[in-house]
Parts: sequence; C-alpha cells; structure tokens
Amino acid sequence: MESLELIGMISIIMAGATVGIGAPITAIGEGWAVSRAMGALAQQPDAGPVISRTLFIGLAMTESSAIYCFVVSMVLIFANPFWNHFLTITGG
Amino acid sequence: MTITPDDIVYWQLGPFAISATLVFTWVVMALLAVGSWLVTRSLTGGTSVSRGQLLMEIVLDGIRGQIRDVVEVDADRYLPFIGTLFLFIVTCNVLAVVPGFRAPTGSLTTTTALALCVFAAVPVFGIASRGLGGYLKTYLQPSPFMLPFNLISEVTRTISLAIRLFGNIMSGAMIAAMALAIAPLFFPVIMNVLGLLIGVIQAYIFAVLALVYIASATRAHEEQLERASNEKGETIRGKP
Repeated sequence: MESLELIGMISIIMAGATVGIGAPITAIGEGWAVSRAMGALAQQPDAGPVISRTLFIGLAMTESSAIYCFVVSMVLIFANPFWNHFLTITGG
Repeated sequence: MTITPDDIVYWQLGPFAISATLVFTWVVMALLAVGSWLVTRSLTGGTSVSRGQLLMEIVLDGIRGQIRDVVEVDADRYLPFIGTLFLFIVTCNVLAVVPGFRAPTGSLTTTTALALCVFAAVPVFGIASRGLGGYLKTYLQPSPFMLPFNLISEVTRTISLAIRLFGNIMSGAMIAAMALAIAPLFFPVIMNVLGLLIGVIQAYIFAVLALVYIASATRAHEEQLERASNEKGETIRGKP
C-alpha cells in the first residue's frame, strides 16, 4: 500500500510537471517562428503560399515535442504501467 | 474514460478482436470507396457536370496543385499515395464530430500503420527513381560519417509521424470529453470546432511531411539532372 500511494503521488506530480515544463518552452519557440513568418509575409506578400506551407511544416515539427509531453502525461495519468502492476499485486 | 478506441472491443474470437478502431476504419473506407464509386460511375466531359464530379475534380486538383508546389517535377507519380493518405486521415478527423464516431486516427495502431506505409514508400519511390545503388548512396550523402544519423533519422521520423497524429487527435477527443464534464453547455462546441481545424491541419501536415520525405529520397537525382543540363548549357555558351 505504501508503494502504491507513492507511485500515485509521483505520477500525478510528474504528469503536471511534464506538460507544465514542456508546453511553455514549445510555445515560446512556436511564437518565435510565427512572428518571423508574419514579418516575412509583410515584407513579401507574393511569397505567401511558400512561407505559410513551410511555417505549417515547421510548426508541426516543433509542436510534436509538446505533443510528446502531453502523451507521456496522459500515459502517467490514465494508463500507468507501474500503477497497474502494483494494483494487481495488492488487489489480487 | 478510454484513451483510444482500441479498448472498446465489440467481438472477440481467440486472439482476434474486432475493436472500435477496426469498425470505424471500415466505415471510413466504405464511405470513401462507395462515394467515389458513385461519382466516377458516370463521368461526363463538357461544360455541365454533376455536383459530385465537380467536388471530386476540385479535391483532386487541389491535392495535385499542393503536390506540384512541393516537388515541381512529375507530380502525378505521388498523387495516388499522398492523396489517399490525405483523404483517409481528413475523413477520419472530420467525422470525429459525429456523435458516437470514434476517430480511428485517435488510436496509436492506425497512425503507426500509416507511418509504416510512409516508411516503406520512401525506399520504393527512391529506388524507382534513382536505382538501388543511387538510393543507398543517399545515406552517405554529406559524408560517410553521417550514415548512423541518417539511419536513426529514418526511424525517428516515422515514430514522430505516428505520435504526432495520434497525440493531436487523441488530445482533441479528450479535451472535448473533459469540457463536457466541466462546462457542458457551450464550451464543448468551441473545442469541437477547434478539433475540426486541428484535424484538417494535421491531415495536411501528415501528407506534406510524407511527400517531403519521399521527395528528399528522389530529389537529389532531379537536381543532378538540372545541374548537368545547366553545365552543358554553359559549356555550349562558353565555347564560341
């Protein structure tokens, strides 16, 4: 029971910390990319399609790290393998 | 709360389970196949065409234009693969607003299968356009020291392709479910609209990234041809 409580507590704290640290850093990077793309669009409106396509691809690349953080925290909360393991030991 | 539609099992026989992912994949496949069969059954030329044919022409022309923007040469070779990927993913993601429908792309198995298709298509297209030796030479491209990194990037970009699509669609469904539990009156509608936008953008990004990966395996060949023709032009001009 002791280890179960410990695992639950650490899992929830780390799930919050994963998104809380991973998302803002990614958001800063994406904000930089968008602001540069806006500047480029204002200077060269003719190159709009190329700039926006490259921007979308770059944003998707950047955003995938935030998505990794989100997936990890979702796994920690809803599908935690250690929690399930100790639950079967103590419950069964 | 179930994260993926894999956990909803309708029917099980031994190791084979018919899960919600499989059922809704079949639904989307049937929708796409029957829809395009109905339209292409009666294609007409001339000035007046049916609504379905007009829709299909617009979609096809849009996808072809996007592919041509990226690869510039020989766009129609990539159209069947990239277009199928895009149409399947976008149909899954947009149908996610239908009540009771669980998007198959919100399951890691579906997105991994799609990413593995891209993983297999890159060497196929590369070898088809450059030959086996020419394709293997791209792994040594900047210098032979880059060989391990090229091999690693081949695997990691496949993983990131799968996790990106899965994470975005799963988070959309999960945020909508949480919003329904917290503020059920108006807020879930906004989150669903946002989910529609994200679904279309993710389908576009998946298709464009697959195209970029395939084009990078085939493009060096085209650049070489271009450079050769430029040099030939210069020598012809430089001679007299």
